[in-house]
Amino acid sequence: MSEIKKLATREGYGAGLIELGKKRNDLVVLDADLAAATKTGAFKKEFPENFVDCGIAEQNMMSIAAGLASTGKLVFASSFAMFAAGRAFEQVRNSIGYPHLPVKIGATHAGISVGEDGATHQCNEDIALMRTIPGMTIINPADANEAKAAVLAAAEIDGPVYLRFGRLAVPVFNPDDYKIEVGKGVKLVDGTDVAIIATGLLVNEALIAAEQLKNEGISAMVINIHTIKPLDREIVIEAAKKTGVVVVAEEHSVIGGLGSAVCETLAETVPTPVIRIGVEDTFGMSGPAAVLLEKYGLCASNIVAKAKDAVKLKK
Amino acid sequence: MEKDFELQLKAFALKVRMGVIEGTYNAKAGHPGGSLSIADVLAWLYNKEMNIDPKNPKMSNRDRLVLSKGHAAPALYSALALKGFFPVEEIKKLRKPDEMLQGHPDMKHIPGVDMSTGSLGQGISCATGMALAAKKFNEDYRVYTILGDGEIQEGQVWEAAMFAAANKLDNLVALVDNNNLQIDGSVVDVCSPYPIDEKFAAFGWHVINIDAHDFAQIEAAYNEARTVKGKPTCIVAKSVKGKGVSFMENQVGWHGVAPNAEQYAMAMDELNAALAELEGK
Repeated sequence: MSEIKKLATREGYGAGLIELGKKRNDLVVLDADLAAATKTGAFKKEFPENFVDCGIAEQNMMSIAAGLASTGKLVFASSFAMFAAGRAFEQVRNSIGYPHLPVKIGATHAGISVGEDGATHQCNEDIALMRTIPGMTIINPADANEAKAAVLAAAEIDGPVYLRFGRLAVPVFNPDDYKIEVGKGVKLVDGTDVAIIATGLLVNEALIAAEQLKNEGISAMVINIHTIKPLDREIVIEAAKKTGVVVVAEEHSVIGGLGSAVCETLAETVPTPVIRIGVEDTFGMSGPAAVLLEKYGLCASNIVAKAKDAVKLKK
Repeated sequence: MEKDFELQLKAFALKVRMGVIEGTYNAKAGHPGGSLSIADVLAWLYNKEMNIDPKNPKMSNRDRLVLSKGHAAPALYSALALKGFFPVEEIKKLRKPDEMLQGHPDMKHIPGVDMSTGSLGQGISCATGMALAAKKFNEDYRVYTILGDGEIQEGQVWEAAMFAAANKLDNLVALVDNNNLQIDGSVVDVCSPYPIDEKFAAFGWHVINIDAHDFAQIEAAYNEARTVKGKPTCIVAKSVKGKGVSFMENQVGWHGVAPNAEQYAMAMDELNAALAELEGK
């Protein structure tokens, strides 16, 4: 078997912007002094006239994005998730969300896999924050190809979109010409004993876990939820009905993210036991990303363990 | 300025002030003080300065106004209604459930409102984004924004000020409604923003100091702004909170309180008398 290519989803963000830049001359990409890290730098090089660095002022950047969008421009505003969703939350809510302006927020360095920078930069709260804004679409791609597809899909949405990307290089399992349908989950593996509903870099871990579970005689379904809002309720409900028990895996706080969204959906429709894998109610810490992902249980081995726990809940 | 035109502006401003009283009285809520202080500036912007078309509120090359001090919405709504963006009767339905005129400007539902505002500090950034769009895409519209003097305590205002100057947005004019009062008291006692003019100048803006209730000065300032190249303009407009309704003037208590029936009658009598005097001349 050949070596699996690894790329950070933020690379897909950069690639998607360049592809959009070739098609759309009304595109403006904003950044807040993080162009090298968010991967908007390559876009800046190729389309300097369509790029504006707002400096280290994310609140201003989000409202500037709103002003630009109000004139009909296609705007992507980029920063780290901590500052895009955290620091500028109220600008996103009031300048962008309330008037439902089609600003696309490119939030990179989400989650614990930021690594060495530690807790101040590890945003595990952004999905929870963004989910509460009416009309906000949230896409959390699983690999670089899905990230690029998400950028192109977001450009077509007439409303605000929060795009969540990671810093860490992760396996690319989707093909280069991959496309997404916003709001539609993707069943990657069918199964009958347990449904693993994953998002972001945990989708690939879920695939690995499903293989291991299969070897141990447990049939696990794997669903990739790239669009956290609006959630594909149908695929979640069907999975719960078929397997009777659900494990949700995400690189985000267990409070307010995909786990919460799945629980809310199932509690109101087909009450089903759910085990949530995510960052427990705690801050992160410095360390290599791979080590942290293991430490916080955001890995295939923990999905296997939790899937087994979940199957026991059925008995 | 032609005498007749100045009289027209004065009459328009008085009618804006009546709308403020009418709206806040019927809503039993709202912000009359800071609405009354910008009535004259709005009269200039909507009758002379801005390229707008009430029949085509989304005209792509229109000049834009972002009311960064969004709580002065009653004044903006009155000006828009008087210009024919929507019926004047809407003013009486201000702040009522399921009605168009929200407590703060709502661009999604109100014709003529270019940006939803109300959370202080954000409007100037939105206006900056519009001005940036015009520059980037070679469009010739101008962008206007009105800030409160208390509002400029928000740090975001200075992020925008830095950005607008750095990007040479000479199509942007910010006016600071310097009525010297905010909810908790005098802006000096709360957290002094002074010297406002020197601060904006230090941020790279062209600055003009005027009296917010003198049409000749308002005209001169906005005309001067059109001649400034390579930098945005800030007009620091010394105003009287509650201007035009004598018992509200310079009274901090009228920041966010609506008049009762008796006060409504007094205010309308005073404004009607002023209008009659104006039209009698």
